[in-house]
Amino acid sequence: MGEVTARIGVNGTPRELVVPAQELLLDTLRERLGLTGAKRSCDVQVCGTCTVLVDGEPVSSCTYLTCDADGREVLTIEGFAEQPEFAEFERAFDERAALQCGFCTPGFVLTLKALRDAGELRSREDVIQGLDGNICRCTGYKSIVEAAEMLIGEPAAGLRGER
Amino acid sequence: MSGVEVKPGRRVVGSDLARHDAIEKVAGRTVYAADFALPGMLHARLKRSDYAHAKLTRVDTTAAEALDGVVAVYTAADVPRNTVWVDVPGQTLEVGALKARSNVLADGVVRYHGEPIALVAAESDDAALAALDAIEVDYEPLPVVDDAERALDPEAPQIHESGNLLAHWELEEGDAEAGIASAAAVVEDEYRTQFIDHAYLEPEAGVSWRDTDGVITIRAATQVVEHFRDVARILDLPDNKVRLITPYVGGGFGGKEDMTVEPYLGIVVALTGRPARMVWSRQESLQARQNRHAVRMRYRTGADADGRLVAMDVDILSDGGAYALLSALVLLYSTTCAAGPYRCPNVRIRARTVYTNHTPCSAMRGFGGMQVALGYEGQMDRLAAELGVDPLELRRRNFVERGDTLPIGQPLETTVELPALIEAVTERLEPPPEPSAPRRAVGRGFACNLQPYGRCVWLNDWSSAWIGFELDGTLVIRIAVPDIGGGQASSLIQIASEVLGVAPERITIHIGDSALNPLTGTTTATRQLYMSGNAVLKAARDLREQLAGVAAELLEVEPEQVEFGAEGVSVAGGERSLEFRELLAACASVDVSWHVHATYRAPKGVPWQADESWRGRVFPDFTYGCHAADVEVDLDSGQTRVLRYVAGHDVGQTINPQSVEGQIEGGVAMGLGYALSERLVFDEAQNLTGSFAQYLIPTAVEVPEIDTVVLESGEGMGPFNARGIGEPPIGPPAPAVAAAIRDAIGARLTELPFTPERVAAAVRAREEDADAEG
Repeated sequence: MGEVTARIGVNGTPRELVVPAQELLLDTLRERLGLTGAKRSCDVQVCGTCTVLVDGEPVSSCTYLTCDADGREVLTIEGFAEQPEFAEFERAFDERAALQCGFCTPGFVLTLKALRDAGELRSREDVIQGLDGNICRCTGYKSIVEAAEMLIGEPAAGLRGER
Repeated sequence: MSGVEVKPGRRVVGSDLARHDAIEKVAGRTVYAADFALPGMLHARLKRSDYAHAKLTRVDTTAAEALDGVVAVYTAADVPRNTVWVDVPGQTLEVGALKARSNVLADGVVRYHGEPIALVAAESDDAALAALDAIEVDYEPLPVVDDAERALDPEAPQIHESGNLLAHWELEEGDAEAGIASAAAVVEDEYRTQFIDHAYLEPEAGVSWRDTDGVITIRAATQVVEHFRDVARILDLPDNKVRLITPYVGGGFGGKEDMTVEPYLGIVVALTGRPARMVWSRQESLQARQNRHAVRMRYRTGADADGRLVAMDVDILSDGGAYALLSALVLLYSTTCAAGPYRCPNVRIRARTVYTNHTPCSAMRGFGGMQVALGYEGQMDRLAAELGVDPLELRRRNFVERGDTLPIGQPLETTVELPALIEAVTERLEPPPEPSAPRRAVGRGFACNLQPYGRCVWLNDWSSAWIGFELDGTLVIRIAVPDIGGGQASSLIQIASEVLGVAPERITIHIGDSALNPLTGTTTATRQLYMSGNAVLKAARDLREQLAGVAAELLEVEPEQVEFGAEGVSVAGGERSLEFRELLAACASVDVSWHVHATYRAPKGVPWQADESWRGRVFPDFTYGCHAADVEVDLDSGQTRVLRYVAGHDVGQTINPQSVEGQIEGGVAMGLGYALSERLVFDEAQNLTGSFAQYLIPTAVEVPEIDTVVLESGEGMGPFNARGIGEPPIGPPAPAVAAAIRDAIGARLTELPFTPERVAAAVRAREEDADAEG
């Protein structure tokens, strides 16, 4: 099968990757780049566990071809964790105990970041509807929704990271 | 934050201490089983059966082995010992009282869709997948048994030589028939539950390698670190030549209680000498890993004119699938809990579990104790309607109390706070809302339950822990506990901090390693806080006593007067003090060590015997609950929406309130999925549910706001009198939703899940009846 070259910004670092045309972004991140924060779980774009941001939009990297990210910026949880804004998310999830096994957590965090950056995290209803593509099997969502409610609005001044 | 207050005199037990593993998990840094890699590791995959029941007339691996990058293809003949023996304290007819048998790789016959036939190890995952396609398997299909009732037909195909009856429990206390005959009201119904999947987000995964001294080491997602022994037996190695490490696990719920990837990872490393990784796909996880038993229950329940139960006749038939695994034990839980938290003088219970060609069933949260809640609570609601008594009042008249004995002979030694739970849950409820639109109806339902915590008493369960100081005054806990997300490890930090004063952030816990940490038993059966918590509590108290003696000498007081604080010890409120570093130096000079190893042993009981007259204690203790659900039903589509939910449990004493609430909220959400949407669908034993696109797990949109009531009776067998809370919240949601739907539409649903189709059909039937009468 043919290989393609994809020039992708990964967490702010330009990468030139030669990958099989059918390679999934999730495999590129996990197996080639050692970025294991995005998890493989459902394989069919249902559970949100493999969520990463491509040009700021949340995508399921389990069904997203690496070659389609050519010319784009990919942000994974590892990259977001380096940004000042992450501290707010960390504190909210920690304070509300919004995780148990933690396997789904990076996907929730990145989905919420994308919602907030898009100005779509304004209310509890926004939170609930905005999380309909992320499954958590442990918490029953209450604590996650509460953590997300702490993040409603704009990022705190000066904390906004690069997209 | 929770509303629970830390009790006077306590430092951290009962407080919302942030979990030590939270920050790593939020940042995506936790290294789960599939996140780990070793240089040069092989990729392992399983060839699985396309048929639910067939003879394997040919398994040819030649073409697969010849492919580029394929290192080895193994079949049953290659496995040193292909038979897995599961110790099951139940009445498994096939192999005597205490063991169940299955195969690592199918040997001549496959008995369920997805049963492993061959194991591939290759240089890349792509090569492994290509090898699976190249393995040639010829099947001679055998007739399929896909119904538990039919399995018992003498004419039915026999799945194992021992016959299709896998296990049974039967008992009678008093005279059930006479009781029924004397009852003022008798209600009778049949209840059915479905197969469901644990659906944790982390699929089964692990990595294996050969470590120093030839020890086969497996780092895998499991709830049971003691499976190292099972792997050793499969590999025909001494137990001490296999080591199992459990990283933080991405959810378990019983699905990682039986072995999953462990045997295969062991085989590849043992036979090739190379490291290996195996990760199951979601399709494999859904289709080929064990499920929760589907159960058919028939209940006849009689009460006198005052609404006091006089008789119960229960017939339970569960579908155990193709291999025994833990089915006999699951059935024992059903038998123990069949009458619910109710007092009844005449009880007959007949419980059977059978082999079929469905995916094997085994442990899942609630473990047989939860399915029967649909039956016993459904009966209480029917009886209340029959007698014209309020359903909660009927329950109050019949609750068991301390000193009572369950029909199986189980004594209840701790307080049963169900009346207080009903009161507390009812107080949290608001008036039922009005329907949001015409052709919609709202309803409210309640359900109560009991669920054991801790393993069967005759298993002589024990847990051990090691606690020691480092020279800088920080503390280390070593304990081979698998942490599957419930905060199993962080609760232990909290307990050690409570006793020894060391600040939680100065405590490191090393978990889940069968070689380096003391064994503490399985993270199953709602036993880990109870058992490991008691072990750590004992170790911490022993260590405190050890150090207090030395400190007392130096500070010239009695040992009891020594206070332990975050940085060290002191007396008289800090008048004189010693930092831990100083105290440890003093200990060294007088040959007192600053570490201890302690073991907690659970209460013992008379071993179960294969005899219908056996009665006795089965479990250490129980956790009780009361839940309430408000639902709205769309009368045309049948869609049921849960509007509000209140869940109350007596947990004895909370160690971490947020963790307790998390267990309750998560259990309710999982229970609501069970009630309304989740099911594995089979067609002639072919599992059709291969993806989360078909298997419908509730999201934040479906799960209502869950209000938790955490009652602390101060009685329980865990550390600081805590009770277990992992499994108990899973029981009540389905019967509470059933009662709420009944309240809304006037029709009773008895078969899970309550899908829109079933609810709409019930509404139509009810409306047609009304039209016919009108």
